[in-house]
Amino acid sequence: MATNQYVPHAAGYVDNEGPKIVSSRFVHEDAFLLERSLATGGYEGLKKALTMAPIEVHDTVRDAVLLGRGGAGFPAGIKWGFCPPGKWPMYLVVNGDESEPGTYKDRLLMEMDPHQLIEGCLIACYALGLSQCFLYVRGEMALAQERIAHALNEAYEANLVGKNILGTDFSVDVVLHWGAGAYIVGEETALIESLEGERGMPRLKPPFFPAAIGLYGQPTIVNNVETLANLPWIIVNGADEYKKYGSETSPGTRLFAVSGHVKRPGVYEAEQGVTTFRDLIYGDNFCQGMKGDDELKMFIPGGASAPWFFPEQVDLPLEARPVGAAGSMLGSGAIVIMDESTDAVKACLRVVRFFARESCGKCTPCREGTTWEETLLRRIYDGHGRPGDLEMLLDIADNISPGPYPGAAWEAEGIEAIPFPPKQTTICPLGPSSVAPITSALRRFRHEFEAKIPQRTSIPVSAS
Amino acid sequence: MARFTPENLELAHEIISRYPRKKSAVIPMLHLAQEQDGYVTNDAMAHIAELAEVTAAEVIGTCTFYEMFKTHPVGKYVINVCTNISCQLNGGEELLEHLEESLEIRSGGTTSDGMFTIEDYECIAACTEAPCLQVNYRYFHRISNDEVDEVIADIRTGKLADTIPEHGVLQRVRQTIPAAKLAGVAPPEEVVDAPAWMVRNEPILAARAAAKAAEEAAAKAAEGNAD
Ligand SMILES: Cc1cc2nc3c(=O)[nH]c(=O)nc-3n(C[C@H](O)[C@H](O)[C@H](O)COP(=O)(O)O)c2cc1C
Ligand code: SF4
Ligand code: FES
Repeated sequence: MATNQYVPHAAGYVDNEGPKIVSSRFVHEDAFLLERSLATGGYEGLKKALTMAPIEVHDTVRDAVLLGRGGAGFPAGIKWGFCPPGKWPMYLVVNGDESEPGTYKDRLLMEMDPHQLIEGCLIACYALGLSQCFLYVRGEMALAQERIAHALNEAYEANLVGKNILGTDFSVDVVLHWGAGAYIVGEETALIESLEGERGMPRLKPPFFPAAIGLYGQPTIVNNVETLANLPWIIVNGADEYKKYGSETSPGTRLFAVSGHVKRPGVYEAEQGVTTFRDLIYGDNFCQGMKGDDELKMFIPGGASAPWFFPEQVDLPLEARPVGAAGSMLGSGAIVIMDESTDAVKACLRVVRFFARESCGKCTPCREGTTWEETLLRRIYDGHGRPGDLEMLLDIADNISPGPYPGAAWEAEGIEAIPFPPKQTTICPLGPSSVAPITSALRRFRHEFEAKIPQRTSIPVSAS
Repeated sequence: MARFTPENLELAHEIISRYPRKKSAVIPMLHLAQEQDGYVTNDAMAHIAELAEVTAAEVIGTCTFYEMFKTHPVGKYVINVCTNISCQLNGGEELLEHLEESLEIRSGGTTSDGMFTIEDYECIAACTEAPCLQVNYRYFHRISNDEVDEVIADIRTGKLADTIPEHGVLQRVRQTIPAAKLAGVAPPEEVVDAPAWMVRNEPILAARAAAKAAEEAAAKAAEGNAD
C-alpha cells in the first residue's frame, strides 16, 4: 500500500469461483452509486416485494431459513415472528457495529454496496409493518457512513425511501445513525440503549429478544447488516432457489474473513455447510495454504469470542450445528489462522485484554473478572507468574462461566468436546467470551504457560 | 470552548427532527461538537443537554462511555494502530512501536506540536489487511514501517489534506431528508394504528382463517362420524 492507495477498492475481497449472493456487485468500482445498482438489478427485490402481501414476504424469508449473520445465528424469519401482534409502532435497528476481532464483512457490504443493504432494510420494514429504520454504523467507519449517507440521499431523491415509496402506500424512513467506539454496543440491547442516547450497556434479560420490548419500549427487530443484505436476492429468486446453496440447516452463502497466517488472507463468499475449514485454509480457490507452508497450530473459527479449534477440527464444515457440537461457534464468520510459531500465551493475553478493555462494567463477574484475567496473564507472559496463577485463572473463569467451558476435542489426550454455548453469571455473553481463549489455550498448551512461570524454591527458615 | 455555531445549530435541529425521541440525537450531536472544536467541550455538552432536553450530567454520562469522544484536546491527526489478534500475528505491535519511535511519543500521547496522537487500538475490521491503521478513521491497509513514515511526512506537508480531514470530521457527506419526502417521525405514544400497507395482509389472513376453520370443521365432522 502506498499513500495514493488510500481506501483501495474492496480491499481484501477475493472474487473467487463460486456462487455470489451478497458480493455480486463488489467487482464494480462504482457499485455504491444508485446508477450502477439499478443497472445490476438493484431494488428489483423491493419492487417484487411490493407486489406481494407483507405476510408473504415474511413467509418467504422464513422458508429460506436465513440464519442471522451477527453472531448467534438465529433464523431471521422466526425472530421476526416474535413481535407481539397489534403493538404499534415497531422499529428496525440495523446492527452495523462490526467490531468482533477478526470480523471484516459488514464494512465491505456497507462501503461497497450500500443500496443492497438499504433495499434489504426496506423489505424487512415492508414485511413486518415497521415504522422507522435506524441504520447503526460503527463510529470508526467514516467511509461506510459517507457511502450510506450518499446512497440514502440518492434513494430518497429517487423515491425509493421515504413517503409513498415508488408511488405505493408503503412509507418508511431510513435514518443513518452512528456509534462512537464501544464493542459492547454490538450486543443488541446495548445497541438499543445507545440509540436512545444512553451509555451502551446491555439490558437485563428477559425479555430475551428486543422483539418483545426494544427501542423506546416498543417491539424492535435487530438484524445484522449481512443478514439484511441477503433479502433482495431471496425475494427476487425465492426461498427454494436460496436453499439450493449450502446445506439443509445452513442454507445459502456467507462472507468469511480469513486472516492471520495464510498465503492469501481475504474475505470470501463461500457456501455454508458444504465448504470445510480445510477448503478455506488450503484450497486453491480460497487461502491457498499456510504462510511459508508452516504447520497449523490453532485457529479461531468464529471471532475472538469463539473457543479455539486445532488441526483435528479442520475437516468440520462451515455449518453452525456441527461447529457448536464440536465445542465452538461459527459466530461472525471470522476465521483467524495461527501457525506453529504463534505464542499461545501471547495470543491468549491479547484476546483477553480486548474483553477486559471492552467490558461495559455493568456486572461484577465480568468487570472484575476480565481485569483479573488480564492481570494474571500479563504477569505470566512477562515472566513474573506465581505458582497457583493458572488455578486462579481457571477459578476466575469459573466465576464468570460456571462449569465446564465449551472446548474442542483432543483425541490424543482423550479429551472430549464440550458443546457450545457456555453457562454465564453475567448479563451478556461478553464476560463468558473472555473465558474462551483461556480454557482453549490452557487445555491444549498448559506447558507453554508453565514454562513461563518461574519455579522458585522456598528459602528454608531455621527455627533457631 | 464553544456552543454550537448558528450553522451547526441548524444541523443539530435537523438531526433531532429525525428521531422519535430527542435524546436519541445525543451521540450524533456529540460528533457534531467534536467536528466543530476537535474535541467535545463542556459548553458543547451543556448546549446539547438543552437541545435534547436532558440534564448535562446525562450528556456527560453518555459522552464518557464512548472511546471516540475526547473531552480534552488531541492531535489534529489521531492514528489508531490495530494490535488485536489478526494484526498482532502480522506485525501490528511492531508497527505501533515503530510509530512511537518515529513520533517520539507513547501510545495515548500527543506530539508537542499538537499534530499527532497515537492510540493502541482494538480491531478496526480490516483483519485480512493486517497490519493496518486509521488516521482520523480513514484506513491504511497492509502498511509497512516505511510507508507509515511516508504517510506522516505527507500529512506534515499537507499532501493528504484532501483525503484526511482534521480530527473530529467524520462524514463529509451527510444524510439530508427533504421535508416533502419524509415519511414522518412521531413519538411512539402517538402511533396507535398499523402502518397503511399492512391492510394488504387482510385478504390473505381472512383466507387462511377460513381455510383453518374449514379444516377444523372437517376434522370435527370426521370425529363425529367415528363416534
Ligand atoms: C458482546 C457482543 C457483541 C456483538 N457484536 C455484534 C456486532 O458487532 N455486529 C452484529 O451484527 N452483531 C453483534 N452481536 C450479536 C447481536 O447481539 C445480535 O445477535 C445480532 O445483531 C442479531 O442479528 P442477526 O440475527 O441478524 O444475526 C454481538 C453480541 C454480543 C453479545
Ligand atoms: S457481561 Fe460484561 S459487557 Fe456484558 S453486561 Fe456484564 S459487564 Fe457489561
Ligand atoms: S484484528 Fe486488526 S483489524 Fe481486526
